[in-house]
Amino acid sequence: MTTAFTLPDVVTSDAALRRFLHGLPGVDQVGVQDRVAGLATRSIKRDAKLTALDLAISMTDLTTLEGADTPGKVRALCAKAVRPDPSDDSAPAAAAVCVYPDMVGVAAEHTAGTSVKVASVATAFPSGRASLDVKLADTKDAVAAGADEIDMVIDRGAFLAGRYGAVAEEIVATKEACGDAHLKVILETGELATLDNVRRASWLAILAGADFIKTSTGKIAPAATRPVVLVMLEAVRDAEALTQRRIGVKAAGGIRDAKESIRYLVLVNEIAGPEWLTPDLFRFGASSLLNDLLMQRDKQRTGAYAGPDYYTID
Amino acid sequence: MTSTWEYAPAPESRDVVDLRSEYGLFIDGDFVEPHGGGTFKTVNPATEEVLAAVGEADAEDVDRAVAAARRAQTEVWGPMSDAERAKYLYRLARVIQERARELAVLETLDNGKPIKESRDVDVPTAAAHYFSYAGWADKLAHAGFGSDPQPLGVAGQIIPWNFPFLMAAWKVAPALATGNTCVLKPAETTPLSALLLAEILQQIDLPPGVVNIVTGAGGTGQALVEHPGLDKIAFTGSTSVGKQIQRALAGRPTKLTLELGGKAANVIFDDAALDQAVEGIVNGIFFNQGHVCCAGSRLLVQESVLEPVMDRLKRRLGTLRIGDPLDKNTDLGAINSAEQLARITELTDSGDAQGAQRWQPECQLPDRGYWFAPTVFTGVSQSHRIAREEIFGPVLSVLTFRTPDEAVTKANNTPYGLSAGVWTEKGSRILWTAERLRAGVVWANTFNRFDPTSPFGGYQESGFGREGGRHGLAPYLAT
Repeated sequence: MTTAFTLPDVVTSDAALRRFLHGLPGVDQVGVQDRVAGLATRSIKRDAKLTALDLAISMTDLTTLEGADTPGKVRALCAKAVRPDPSDDSAPAAAAVCVYPDMVGVAAEHTAGTSVKVASVATAFPSGRASLDVKLADTKDAVAAGADEIDMVIDRGAFLAGRYGAVAEEIVATKEACGDAHLKVILETGELATLDNVRRASWLAILAGADFIKTSTGKIAPAATRPVVLVMLEAVRDAEALTQRRIGVKAAGGIRDAKESIRYLVLVNEIAGPEWLTPDLFRFGASSLLNDLLMQRDKQRTGAYAGPDYYTID
Repeated sequence: MTSTWEYAPAPESRDVVDLRSEYGLFIDGDFVEPHGGGTFKTVNPATEEVLAAVGEADAEDVDRAVAAARRAQTEVWGPMSDAERAKYLYRLARVIQERARELAVLETLDNGKPIKESRDVDVPTAAAHYFSYAGWADKLAHAGFGSDPQPLGVAGQIIPWNFPFLMAAWKVAPALATGNTCVLKPAETTPLSALLLAEILQQIDLPPGVVNIVTGAGGTGQALVEHPGLDKIAFTGSTSVGKQIQRALAGRPTKLTLELGGKAANVIFDDAALDQAVEGIVNGIFFNQGHVCCAGSRLLVQESVLEPVMDRLKRRLGTLRIGDPLDKNTDLGAINSAEQLARITELTDSGDAQGAQRWQPECQLPDRGYWFAPTVFTGVSQSHRIAREEIFGPVLSVLTFRTPDEAVTKANNTPYGLSAGVWTEKGSRILWTAERLRAGVVWANTFNRFDPTSPFGGYQESGFGREGGRHGLAPYLAT
């Protein structure tokens, strides 16, 4: 591994890893829900709202992960990511486009020379049910085609069976296969079910070398929820204190409107801290969210809503 | 991209409140001039702005109010069918919901508490209380007090300034549901929401005299306590005034319930869910600026987790937003009065003098008004005044323990006994601890949670009698 932060004694053995993960303080679900509900009442107005909307646009990983994806579809997505609002070049670009590995080449071509990164899901996304060799080949394939970021899935089966070492090994191996590409580790929290599991999986991914921890594939309901993201933000906050390294968080799936995205930004601001309010450390994995952000942005700047026909559908 | 994100001011509008410059007393269904013509001013503690002049009731006014209440009880409210009384209470609860924003803004103006609390706690919890007791009104025969429980008659009710509208609900709802009438005296620093309640009582056509509201300071309260025409007195406030009332009632048949002070222990075991426990600590002592009789003012932390708990707590307190109570993003509002601020200051100074370590987050307090920064004292011993006396402000005293037995011993080592909190992920430890804690309410993995169906009240110097739920009916019934 290229990083120097790991706690070697923790990740060396399955038993040590289990001791560490099960030694973390528990998570009280009712308390988390109360905290999330309390922060949802934050009233974000005027300049604060405009800042938030631009921030959210700049944090968006514009995503298409369909069996029906074509080069044409990906090209359109890239154009949208580079210039989300054709009528207003003050609107920031999205953070990245997120596609399947075979579409990475197309995406790289159409985002070349821009700030927009290419993210690729890999490791037998979304189920992750393949051999490690296949997963690593999938990853290397995407990196070779020009992916800047890899969104891998953890082996939820292994996690739920308590084989934490196996989960960690796959993350370590994938991180190696990434080379210079950033690694986002998808926990698929909808399948982990409990917030205690979310906290353990977050730490497991962080210790194994993740650059980002990500909630969901978007293929399982529930996808991102605010209680889950709160627990993940607590994990990266606490990990910084322990390792002096800031890990990012990506909330993916189910975030469709600007208001909801601002509620997430409040969580980022007040749980992890304002240092995390950057696309380098927080992302939204979304598709339809972007147009609502653009529409609310215009409303905030002009005082009037334009109709949906004024925003591009890609 | 910028990494600073300041929340823009988001003040709730004052326009929903129709503030009058003067208020009279509410007696026999009408607002009337006080007999002596005296008034006092109520101010916004966040700005020191005078909000209104309010009538000061003297013994003559109190006598008029008690007479009106007696007449209403014997002629109208007592003979009325249970189901009819319930209808009035349901109507009251609904109108409170309809006028919730107005009530919340007025409460925040007069009290200094953040609008998010008056809006999300005080007013909805008050409405819930009226709804809950409306439901009891026609079921008294099945509540366990015999087949035909009778009201006591007329109740004198004295309420504090920390939750003015909610405490009025705690008093008025059970009294009315059981067929009593009442004379309510709000605190002198926060009379306005009770006077808006009076307007709402007019709006719902509550028969005159069923609820009378006499505003004033200690003298008014004393006149009420000394009035021989009362069948019951219910008081919520300080332990010292509670003792005076009990002395005044000695030898009289008047029934009494007292809900007084507290010095609650919030016990954090080493296996607690620490992040949520920290939220519980914050909610326990900084909710309503710590102006809460059941506040978790003594933090008892197992020594083995003191450091992570304090680290998290300090980080969390750095995010508290202090200032304009009408701003929807404000977490901590103003201290209710100059007098209370002086008391908090005096007690915290004693903490410094006795050797505890004071910590406060960096925060900017407004220039005008009464303010006190959130404060944590570490290195506190049981023998320090700040561990013994009720501060009634945003001040937390942190103590440690080594074993569950020691936690219980320290928690119970207080003349008070209103509430306590237990934080552990172990269910058996919750039960073990809760059955040993001498407190009227024990919260497990939460704090300051109020429900109209749950009885509330204390041990020892925290008072006696229960309010809320089925138990809250008993003090108003001749059983």
